[in-house]
Amino acid sequence: MTSAINRRQFLQLAGIGGVGVVFASALPGVAHAAGQDDFYFVQLSDTHWGFEGPPNPDAKGTLKKAVASVNAVDQQPDFIVFTGDLTHTTDSPVERRRRMAEFKDIVGGLRVKDVRFMPGEHDASLDSGKAFKEFFGATYYTFDHKGVHFIALDNVSDPRALIGDEQLAWLAADLGQQRADAPIVVLTHRPLFDLAPQWDWATRDGAKAIELLMPFRNVTVFYGHIHQEHHHMTGHIAHHAAKGLMFPLPAPGSQPNRSPLPWDPAQPYKGLGFRSVDAEVKEAACRITEYPVVKA
Amino acid sequence: MKLDMRLLRIAAGAAALGLASIATYVAAQPAQPKEKVIRIDAKRFDYTPGELTLKKGEAVILELTSRDVLMGFNLPDFNLRADVVPDKVTRVRFVPDKTGSFTFLCDIFCGSKHEEMNGRLTVVE
Repeated sequence: MTSAINRRQFLQLAGIGGVGVVFASALPGVAHAAGQDDFYFVQLSDTHWGFEGPPNPDAKGTLKKAVASVNAVDQQPDFIVFTGDLTHTTDSPVERRRRMAEFKDIVGGLRVKDVRFMPGEHDASLDSGKAFKEFFGATYYTFDHKGVHFIALDNVSDPRALIGDEQLAWLAADLGQQRADAPIVVLTHRPLFDLAPQWDWATRDGAKAIELLMPFRNVTVFYGHIHQEHHHMTGHIAHHAAKGLMFPLPAPGSQPNRSPLPWDPAQPYKGLGFRSVDAEVKEAACRITEYPVVKA
Repeated sequence: MKLDMRLLRIAAGAAALGLASIATYVAAQPAQPKEKVIRIDAKRFDYTPGELTLKKGEAVILELTSRDVLMGFNLPDFNLRADVVPDKVTRVRFVPDKTGSFTFLCDIFCGSKHEEMNGRLTVVE
């Protein structure tokens, strides 16, 4: 996709061929950000740069196509987030850095330059996030955008899938500065709740983070790791998993193993994609839209 | 805020997972004389043996070892897990209290085939 398309056409792409879904959801509390403009951001996840294998014959091309698809929109997002597993794991520190450099070079082609990165276990678990920090900076941090407070949590640099007491204390201190009705968006890699412990789709101390977030009325979590769209509520907190951009994984618990779903030559890139999240301040609503890698 | 609760309820229902029972877990304790000892050796990226059959209600001591790096041994359906440290024997007492087929897995990321590092426990009457 090289020709420019407008925002409305971009949204319509989601429905073509049944490969995308517009998911109406809430980014609660955004309405409280009085005087702020509507905005949207794009979430990409699990690009696994460096992976090679039958689940994706276009392993070297898929990320570039996704970048081109995002760039083709005339009204660009305010910012873009990558929720982990930017690269596929390797035992070699040299190769890990080479993959991160290549990934960074490719996503450097995004028109939007405000890009936020989170690590996945493939990026960070074998070296406690050392290489990730060299290329992308801190593994957990906050930022504010048009009245919304964003919190990036790291649940992968500890290979035991722990957030850890130090980061939890940091989270508690940050939340202590927020109003109870503040719109808060959490970005992370693994699910914070026990989605499928039999497949290691969990964060061992994720419940502690959720407990810290529970007093806040307007919290939404966006994460990756499971390579498919998924929506779940823990109390009033919504958790939205994103599709990946290398290979799709099966639905939680649907088969004995979590092996990648096979590539379908009749429907290339099926199960892959990215999403936009619209914060519609004036309408007090938010919209999640799922996109295929390429226009159908 | 508008929220499509119908979709969310469906997703939440499909994702609902529960732990049916709690296993007895005693780490780093010597085996009791009459309890069967089962050795499980971990290495990247498998367990040996990868399949176990136990009897419901019969206590066993799992002796867990790792040949290379720090591993996890997690049996979520019995709420049982342990770190498996290289050059150390980790002992876990386990009494299966239900029958069926269950997955055990490494839950400490250990490399490129970590996601494939799992085994199967069958519990019979």
